[in-house]
Amino acid sequence: MTTTPQIAVTSAGDDVSRTTLLSIRNVAKRFAKNVVLRDISLEVKEGEFLTILGESGSGKTTLLRIIAGFETASAGEVWMGDARLDRQPPYRRRVNTVFQSYALFPHLTVEQNVAYGLRVAKRPEAEIAARVSEALEKVKMSAHAKSKPSKISGGQQQRIALARALVNRPQLLLLDEPLSALDANLRRQMQVELKSLQREVGISFIFVTHDQEEAMVMSDRIALLRAGELEQVATPREIYGHPATAYVAQFIGHTNLLKGEVRAGVVRRGPLAWTAALPDGAALFSLRPENIRLASEKATAPGTVRVRGKVRQQAFHGATELIRVECGDGLVLVVRTPGSGGALDEVDLEFSPADAVPVRESPERI
Amino acid sequence: MELLVSDARFDSGSRWLLLHTIAVFAFLYLPIAVLILYSFNGEGVGGFPPHHLTLDWYRTLFADGPIWDSVLNSLPVALAAMVIALTFGVPAALALERAQFPGKALFRRLVLLPLILPGIITGLSLLMLFNVMGTKLSLMTIILGHGTALISVATTEVFAGLQKLDRAQEEASLDLGANYWQTFWRITVPNLKLPIIGAALLIFTLSMDEIAVSFFLIGRDNTLPLEIWGRLRRGITPEINAVSTIIFVFSLVAIVFWYRLRMQAEGGADAGAEIVQAVEGSGI
Repeated sequence: MTTTPQIAVTSAGDDVSRTTLLSIRNVAKRFAKNVVLRDISLEVKEGEFLTILGESGSGKTTLLRIIAGFETASAGEVWMGDARLDRQPPYRRRVNTVFQSYALFPHLTVEQNVAYGLRVAKRPEAEIAARVSEALEKVKMSAHAKSKPSKISGGQQQRIALARALVNRPQLLLLDEPLSALDANLRRQMQVELKSLQREVGISFIFVTHDQEEAMVMSDRIALLRAGELEQVATPREIYGHPATAYVAQFIGHTNLLKGEVRAGVVRRGPLAWTAALPDGAALFSLRPENIRLASEKATAPGTVRVRGKVRQQAFHGATELIRVECGDGLVLVVRTPGSGGALDEVDLEFSPADAVPVRESPERI
Repeated sequence: MELLVSDARFDSGSRWLLLHTIAVFAFLYLPIAVLILYSFNGEGVGGFPPHHLTLDWYRTLFADGPIWDSVLNSLPVALAAMVIALTFGVPAALALERAQFPGKALFRRLVLLPLILPGIITGLSLLMLFNVMGTKLSLMTIILGHGTALISVATTEVFAGLQKLDRAQEEASLDLGANYWQTFWRITVPNLKLPIIGAALLIFTLSMDEIAVSFFLIGRDNTLPLEIWGRLRRGITPEINAVSTIIFVFSLVAIVFWYRLRMQAEGGADAGAEIVQAVEGSGI
């Protein structure tokens, strides 16, 4: 390496220049005959906040445990830099984990919990004391240094688990649904804190959650896992705006899935018709509720798709309102508007064809 | 604390229940109370109600050489049995809780079998073994007898403790850079402190008053229970009441000590449930 100091400082959102830290190559996991993960390939960059998102049973925790070393992959490899990670025992990996249950040691004080990794590594006591107090300060828990874990609240235990992992300066931090035990308010607060902490320390985070909102708020990239397979890996904006599959479109936010028929560059679905550069045949489209507008009486811009329908349901959500509109021919569209101003009966809807994003039925198999 | 008493009203039905309860407790504890009381009775084992309270029997007891010899035999036997049972019982518990190996079900039954095996069988079979081997009976054979018979006690206690231990704690330790050996000593053992102390106390007390196995394996030197039993054949003396009272007090102190320790550690969990849980969990 040349003497390039700019690597030390990572700027967020600068994806291209970052080097790859962790590389998961064709990893599969079977428990007896039960296939939990199949052919997962994924790269994590230096300083990146990557979220593995999926429902329970999707295999996300298993993938995390393979990276940490608590499970062995049935096939495939995990590399960190130019070293094979999956052949090392968990205690040799420069990876630390924040467990879902926090897994603090009940017989040790908060301070001793945080010092554990440094003690085991036989660091000098003076260095341990300094690093532990720094870590406790970082998570605002210095006042509880002498407490036993059972005497502090869940949110505080969470911070200690975080400090205990970060104090070892790992190259990669794994977080297994660390916020799931917290109540909604504390959870939102911790999401922000965790994200800014990650920016501050510049360590790569792999964050596992089933909460798509959490994933959207915190991540640089989201890897959406479904039944042991990756559906899509992309930035939150990309994954929301251009979902690759029908499942992704439905899992991340609300959407209208339209099953259309393409003929000569024109898509038809019930009363709707718009142009799309797609081959002839059946095609699936995702149309976000907020991309459909209530149209005014006047004629609209050319190329806009317009349809008239009967309002079946209106749900007021405060800032926005969700409206279910029956457009005939079995087509029901859900529309999100910024407040309609009252009860509606018949409405004109419009959307731009570019917002009808073609999606696949299931992920492409290689 | 969990409440054991329900809030049943004292109608006629529950009055009978109360009487029944008192009768059962009287049956259990009255003999012990009488034994303690008569150890202070000036007229020995006869006479009701006891009067002329005295400490004479305790004085006689303390001057009684053979009794103290037997106590000095029993103590090292109990300690050695404790060490043997823990040395083999704790790894067995770890194997049963953690490892997967062929024949595990059989192994579990074999380890736990002595728990329900009558002492007479254990004693007799060991006696035959020592005979075949040509081993001379002594305190050593009693130690081996107690040690092997009580392995299952250590195993059940520690097994129950392991089941309560959060596995994520051990994973966290490995994750933080401690190898398996360091994790065992820094995390697993400190979390098993209570079950291990509990097992040690239990094994110690069980060995101290064991008769059936000892009876078969006894050599020249008597253990305390066998000494007492030997004297009983010549009739009950108040001295035996006195020594029994002392044993009772020591057991009580051990139990109180154990409960205190547990309360401190767990903030008042139900202590007795552990053995039951272990036996249920073991599938016997």
